[in-house]
Amino acid sequence: MDWLTDSKIPVGKTGKTIFEWLRDNGSWFFETVENVLDWVIELTLTILQFPHPLVMIAIFVAITWVIQKSWKTCVFVALGLLFVVNQGYWDETTESLTLILFACLTCMAIGVPIGIAAAHRPKLYRAISPVLDLMQTLPTFVYLIPMIVFFGIGMVPGLVATVIFVLPAPIRLTHLGVSSTPKALLEAADAFGATPQQKLWKVELPYALPQIMTGLNQTIMLSLSMVVIAGLVGADGLGVPVVRALQQVNAAKGFESGLVIVVVAIVLDRMLRVEQKS
Amino acid sequence: MSAVIFDNVSIMFGDKPKTALPHADQGMNRAEIQEQTGQVLGVHNCSLEVQEGEILVLMGLSGSGKSTLLRSVNGLNPVVRGAVRVNDGDDMVDVVSCGKQKLREIRQSRVAMVFQQFGLLPWRSVAENVGFGLELAGDAGRADKVKTQLELVGLKDWADRKVGELSGGMQQRVGLARAFATQAPILLMDEPFSALDPLIRNRLQDELLDLQRDLKRTIIFVSHDLDEAFKLGNRIAILEGGRIVQCGTPREIFSSPADDYVADFVANMNPLGVLTARDAMEPGSGGDEIEAETPIRDFMARLKDETLSVTENGQTIGQISAQSVVARLSA
Ligand SMILES: Nc1ncnc2c1ncn2[C@@H]1O[C@H](COP(=O)(O)OP(=O)(O)OP(=O)(O)O)[C@@H](O)[C@H]1O
Ligand SMILES: [Mg+2]
Repeated sequence: MDWLTDSKIPVGKTGKTIFEWLRDNGSWFFETVENVLDWVIELTLTILQFPHPLVMIAIFVAITWVIQKSWKTCVFVALGLLFVVNQGYWDETTESLTLILFACLTCMAIGVPIGIAAAHRPKLYRAISPVLDLMQTLPTFVYLIPMIVFFGIGMVPGLVATVIFVLPAPIRLTHLGVSSTPKALLEAADAFGATPQQKLWKVELPYALPQIMTGLNQTIMLSLSMVVIAGLVGADGLGVPVVRALQQVNAAKGFESGLVIVVVAIVLDRMLRVEQKS
Repeated sequence: MSAVIFDNVSIMFGDKPKTALPHADQGMNRAEIQEQTGQVLGVHNCSLEVQEGEILVLMGLSGSGKSTLLRSVNGLNPVVRGAVRVNDGDDMVDVVSCGKQKLREIRQSRVAMVFQQFGLLPWRSVAENVGFGLELAGDAGRADKVKTQLELVGLKDWADRKVGELSGGMQQRVGLARAFATQAPILLMDEPFSALDPLIRNRLQDELLDLQRDLKRTIIFVSHDLDEAFKLGNRIAILEGGRIVQCGTPREIFSSPADDYVADFVANMNPLGVLTARDAMEPGSGGDEIEAETPIRDFMARLKDETLSVTENGQTIGQISAQSVVARLSA
């Protein structure tokens, strides 16, 4: 078997070379991205943390009312967030919310257009499909290392890692929604002289809207599931106490912070869930 | 003037549609062509002129190419050879070769379509669906036109409902209103009533005839139901296996079917709606006068106990009685 192991294919070395080349030649790019993102994240965080937690909770409940029109959900959201404050995790929660907010904005802004393009071009979808699989199955830690190399430690590498993991979801669901638009509806639009643009905006996107909203919901949930990983690379938020509990083998703290993450997840889900009407 | 001219239209489905043309020209049928070339014959060498203001019905069994021929008028099916010329106001435009932009204009303002499965957008209200064509054409003043159309088809009170809440018959009224709303002078209807139950179907046929009396559009109507075809059509074109086998008025088709296929069709229908006094008269004269072109159905009841004179331009040309009608029907 020596002949097989003797000439090891230099996968790791090649990867490292690429990363180093990128770091050396793209540093201006990564630095700009990092600075801009840092700035907007800081700003958002300041806004979220400026009012008293109870005021913020009231605002969240009001948003819930506007979206869901159900007092039961409102009560649930209020109780959930009060529990978070009670456990002393409000600041961490706002930090995580900021991260989730920007992860979602980025993922939807990139994912929906790619999903549409893929739905219109089956070849493109076949080409990107394995890449999407890779993004979801590649162990996160593998790309955390280059993230730290490029962006240093902090919120930005956490955000980028989150986006890489989450992005396939909105792409897939947008693709599914748009490409399942019934042929009869597209034909009706054609028969009345629709341009491709009109078909997209007046037929395909309205038809795909429930799927796209499901994509948004998944994006939020998947982003939340990344907070611990983000915590590992130094992003503030609910991941930090989990990581710390792990390092200190502190079961109480681990349980407490884990439960807070679950509560935040359920609250967000109830707040933003779109009931699919048949 | 003609509204639509089909000029030797051939349509094939498949990846190399042109390769099947020589086979079709030799008169092979769909199965033979598919076996030899892998292409599917849609229609072959169909020529037909549709006059302005007439209702032309395309008839035939399932798979005979009715929809395929109809859909060539607004370019939904690509024509492999031949031309489809559509009246565009002052000249005839060939939709096969006119280019995308022109085709879009024609679809927006000259040719509208009604679908068998309605093709309505379920997330929109009735009014928004009716205004769809106008919206695509960028018609800013469409609210009034939509309102007029909704009144015309009797859906005024349903304007703000979602189309999903409507019954099938009402949904197809929305489909009709959407097509009428664009003011397109040419309407394509692909079995618009066959998804509906018989009572509603009959009612909508009557309503269509009523509307047509006022609106005088050119209508190309696909049907596989001969009674429907005879009721609506000024002329009927009968297709078999992608080829037109006969085209004429209902009476011409009923009285002299071109071949056994057509004769089979005709044998299954109620002849009283087609035959006129002229068709069943016998020599002689007597009784009240009746016009030669009057359908027998209109005066059947009177024949029970009287004989009528048949007149043309005031001249008596024969008489008609219960016996002469029975004689004609059993001929
Ligand atoms: N898009 C298509 N691709 C391949 N073959 C097609 C396509 N559209 C129609 N055909 C074929 O062309 C032939 C004629 O079809 P068409 O739909 O015109 O028939 P039809 O007379 O409208 O029948 P029906 O009463 O069932 O609607 C059929 O054999 C059909 O299978
Ligand atoms: Mg058909």
